[in-house]
Amino acid sequence: MRTDRRAERVDVRKTYKLYVGGAFPRSESGRSYPISTPRGRFLANAARGSRKDARDAVVAARKALAGWSGATAYNRGQVLYRVAEMLEGRRDQFVAEVVDSEGTTARRAESTVDAAIDRWVWYAGWTDKIAQVAGGTNPVAGPYFDFSIPEPTGVVAILAPQESSLLGLVSVVAPVIAGGNTSVVVASEDRPLPAISLAEVLATSDLPGGVVNLLTGATAEIAPWLASHMDIGGIDLCGASAGQRVELERLAAGTVKRVARAPESTPDWSADPGTGRLRRFLETKTVWHPIGI
Amino acid sequence: MTAANVEIDGAVRDATSLRAFLHGLPGVDEVGANARAAGLATRSIKKASKVWALETAIGMVDLTTLEGADTAGKIRGLCAKARRPEPSDPTCPPVAAVCIYPDLVAAAREHLAGSGVAVASVATAFPSGRASLSTKLADVRDAVAAGADEIDMVIDRGAFLSGHYQRVYDEIAAVRERCDPARLKVILETGELCTLDNVRRASWLALLAGGDFVKTSTGKVSPAATPPVALVMLQAVRDFAAATGDRRGVKLAGGIRSAKEAVRYLVMVKEVAGDAWLDPALFRFGASSLLNDLLMQRSKEATGVYSGADYVSID
Repeated sequence: MRTDRRAERVDVRKTYKLYVGGAFPRSESGRSYPISTPRGRFLANAARGSRKDARDAVVAARKALAGWSGATAYNRGQVLYRVAEMLEGRRDQFVAEVVDSEGTTARRAESTVDAAIDRWVWYAGWTDKIAQVAGGTNPVAGPYFDFSIPEPTGVVAILAPQESSLLGLVSVVAPVIAGGNTSVVVASEDRPLPAISLAEVLATSDLPGGVVNLLTGATAEIAPWLASHMDIGGIDLCGASAGQRVELERLAAGTVKRVARAPESTPDWSADPGTGRLRRFLETKTVWHPIGI
Repeated sequence: MTAANVEIDGAVRDATSLRAFLHGLPGVDEVGANARAAGLATRSIKKASKVWALETAIGMVDLTTLEGADTAGKIRGLCAKARRPEPSDPTCPPVAAVCIYPDLVAAAREHLAGSGVAVASVATAFPSGRASLSTKLADVRDAVAAGADEIDMVIDRGAFLSGHYQRVYDEIAAVRERCDPARLKVILETGELCTLDNVRRASWLALLAGGDFVKTSTGKVSPAATPPVALVMLQAVRDFAAATGDRRGVKLAGGIRSAKEAVRYLVMVKEVAGDAWLDPALFRFGASSLLNDLLMQRSKEATGVYSGADYVSID
């Protein structure tokens, strides 16, 4: 007699964790929340990060900054390209998760995942080229060499887009770390599954721990703590709710953070990204050097 | 261990009685000590209590620099920070003392005049303690003559570990005699003593010989201050006070970097030794980077915003 093995097996119901400093800790608060498809089918539990998790993530990002911003641009490019390779290897999983999270068709999800991988490769290529485009040698009327060099802003907080769970996420995270910043990312609140898998990809690629720290949970709860945090240099408000944006900008002004404002309408993430997001979290340093010394 | 079973009369009569006393001390239950220390670390201190704990801890810091590269300029910066740890906030208390090498005491004395911040100096061939007694005593005399209020001496760990307790006792007693009127802190270097039993014996030895404080470490050896070691040393001063009526202090040094750890140690001080020890005269933290974290946490409590290392001085 043939038995249906699938029917015998008990479901593995997952409870995911945060990604902080290269490790996967539970939320300090011990909280989690269920995530489901847009139609309400249960997918898994995600950790509901608290302000203290955000604080720990900032400490981890700060610790990783010297190593990551000090690595050569060429090396950063190699590491990011490796991430793209790893994404490619788990393409099917990401397609399934995008289908589950966003409720799109498999065909659409495939093109989204392909675009996300290509986006990662695109930014990997920019790491050692942005300095030539955004910086340069300035003509000055005096016996000096005058250079402008783009440098990373520092620790950048990113509120990932709420709708586009993978392509949108990659489009905001990759440019920030390509420029040499380290990041604290708050994943899409209702669709965190692709972000959690991306964290697993990052943990097993060559990216040093702490360069990307991923928190899941209520964006509105964590965002004010990041916006006001004095050890953060910039914040991307992409995934902030319309009602909270002004308050977050006000909090960010306390330490004159670089703020990337949330787009007015849902952006078309599949469009050519350009270098705008890459330049958003770079600071220009200009050096005057006397000629002949 | 309670005070009832420590009988110190005649303990220091001669080498034999000293050995008998130290080996007659009850053994430390290491598993129990670890569990007790871990249990005390679970308490949650919030809001007003946390502010009180942070400010108390700031007032207990011995702000330390013990590097070969120290200069008079660095000491000046350190002293300025000791007087006003948070320059923008006059309500922030000063630290208890600065802790430096003997040749820099005179410079520190000048910068701290009238501030109430004490000058502590390490002496006796710090950190190894490997020099002749006359050299060690000369080191102490120099530091005291330069104006040190407190002397941090190291014990001869080699002699202690080979069982020459009397030699260690005599050395501490000789330093005690020379360092008057300064107070004496005796560094046990618990990282080299191997067992908690040895920590208990060395603590009692230092207390019997006249040390005003027992101090965990030089900061040059790892592990330095750990919760079980602190527990055993706090028990020793508590029992010494119960047996003699004389309250002596404990200084934890080395490896304490976060405000959270400092607050946990304050809980331990209260629970093990008692409220009387929550006083800079009887309890100290030897630290440098700890002070910045205490200031950052204090700022967080005052402003409601997480602070960063860019807003405190680099030392």
